[in-house]
Amino acid sequence: MTDATPALSPPSSPRLTPAFVIGATLVGLHVIVGLITLFWAPYDPTAMTGGRLAPPSLAHWAGTDRLGRDLFTEIMVGARIALAVGIGAVAIAATIGVTIGLLAAFASRTVDDVLAATLDILIAFPTLLLAMLIVAASDGASLGTAILAIGIAASSIVARLTRILARRVLAMDYITAARVSGTGWLGIVRIHVLPNIWPTLIVNLALQFGLAVIAEASLSYLGLGAPPPNASWGRLLQEAQATVYTAPFGAVAPGIALVSLVIGLNLFADGLRDVADPTRRRR
Amino acid sequence: MSLIDLAAVSFAYGRSRKVLHDIDLRIEAGRNLGIVGESGSGKTTILRLLLGLARPTSGRIAFRGEPLDPRDRLFMRGFRRSVQAVFQDPYSSLDPRQKVADIIAEPLRSLNVDTDIDAAVAEALASVDLPSGAAGRYPHEFSGGQRQRIAIARAIVSQPELVLADEVVSALDLTTRIRIVDLLKSLSERTTLVLVSHDIGFVALLCQDLVILEKGRIVEQGSARNILSAPKHPYTQRLLESTPRLPDFT
Repeated sequence: MTDATPALSPPSSPRLTPAFVIGATLVGLHVIVGLITLFWAPYDPTAMTGGRLAPPSLAHWAGTDRLGRDLFTEIMVGARIALAVGIGAVAIAATIGVTIGLLAAFASRTVDDVLAATLDILIAFPTLLLAMLIVAASDGASLGTAILAIGIAASSIVARLTRILARRVLAMDYITAARVSGTGWLGIVRIHVLPNIWPTLIVNLALQFGLAVIAEASLSYLGLGAPPPNASWGRLLQEAQATVYTAPFGAVAPGIALVSLVIGLNLFADGLRDVADPTRRRR
Repeated sequence: MSLIDLAAVSFAYGRSRKVLHDIDLRIEAGRNLGIVGESGSGKTTILRLLLGLARPTSGRIAFRGEPLDPRDRLFMRGFRRSVQAVFQDPYSSLDPRQKVADIIAEPLRSLNVDTDIDAAVAEALASVDLPSGAAGRYPHEFSGGQRQRIAIARAIVSQPELVLADEVVSALDLTTRIRIVDLLKSLSERTTLVLVSHDIGFVALLCQDLVILEKGRIVEQGSARNILSAPKHPYTQRLLESTPRLPDFT
């Protein structure tokens, strides 16, 4: 370690990787499409606007489903549902998970051990299975129930990660320095813990967003997600299953939409860490 | 005047692992104190007790004659403003997500010190010979020695009476070490230093008084001049003999 450089190096700048740009573009496209459907759509998503199982054409870019509804309109509306589920589930998972994780990190060893064991048991259940149990235990399938179920199921993963990250931060000398500086525990969480766990946490939350979209599609595929006439991508896939050989685009189109959003979220998540973390910036 | 007094202080981790035994210590304003001992001798534990980060298992710690009680918020606010610290590792003692200005300003903000924060930060940076442009940078943009200067700036920004430094140069190379020693020497004109180190040579450069610790017990204490010129305890003699010296080629 040397001290011989009185001149400062040039300031660092955020690094936008190609993956981040591609991810942000894919996610941005879905967000724009989802927002547009709040005001406008090519057709009424519940109306029969063409022949049954029509192939893609200028009038129906993705063809029609077995009831003659415009598939492109349904996919556009499905983007809104997928994003609503992702945002809602991640908000629930982040609120519950970060709170429990921080409490565990600050708790006495006994309380921490109990919380850690509970989280490990919850994580042992696959997210989808846990969400199915919660939906089954509720009054019935609805979009709200799906969001709640996926959010609760994902919160244990977020809590566990938060606990591990926060404990690592709390062991650092700068936390001791903060205590010596007179910073209280709430201040330490706000000033030091959250900003230091944020870059890793945001990546995980973005990944959870993608998993939530897949989980909602899976629940809808099984009839436990957004009920008809909501145009969930999972329900579209389920409905296209019977006609996949005669009208494959009914399965391919919602599949492309789902995969592109999830890949976009994953790429976006990976690049987000570089933007959120000043220590990963290039000089 | 006595700043901090330790009277018959003992400390144990858990019920059985006693690491400090009946420590009697007095830190006086204007007289730098060096606490010297090998790894595991209890130096850092004493430092934590002196900073109010741990409570003694038995004995009494007083700041300006008042018992040091971490539960007394008002008292601790005054204590924190008067007693600050610099830690060993300049890489882990600075929050990597905070800009240098925020790192240095933290004691002022946390202790609600009524001052112009920007001006105080600039003054602290100037005191440690760092340019004012450093305020807007992150710690990873600095070398180890520069980071230690930032840590020292944070420690002195609230103008404390006492600065405790834990192995503050042990992670630095020789030339950087000399610069930090010079910096601490100039700082000691306006604040009292307590230096915790295994390096008796470094401590002797800056301290008027010495405490020699072995296995959690004080084996010798007094003026640095007396201890260095005529060490009484065999452990102190061994410490002095083990200080690295260049071979004599004359």
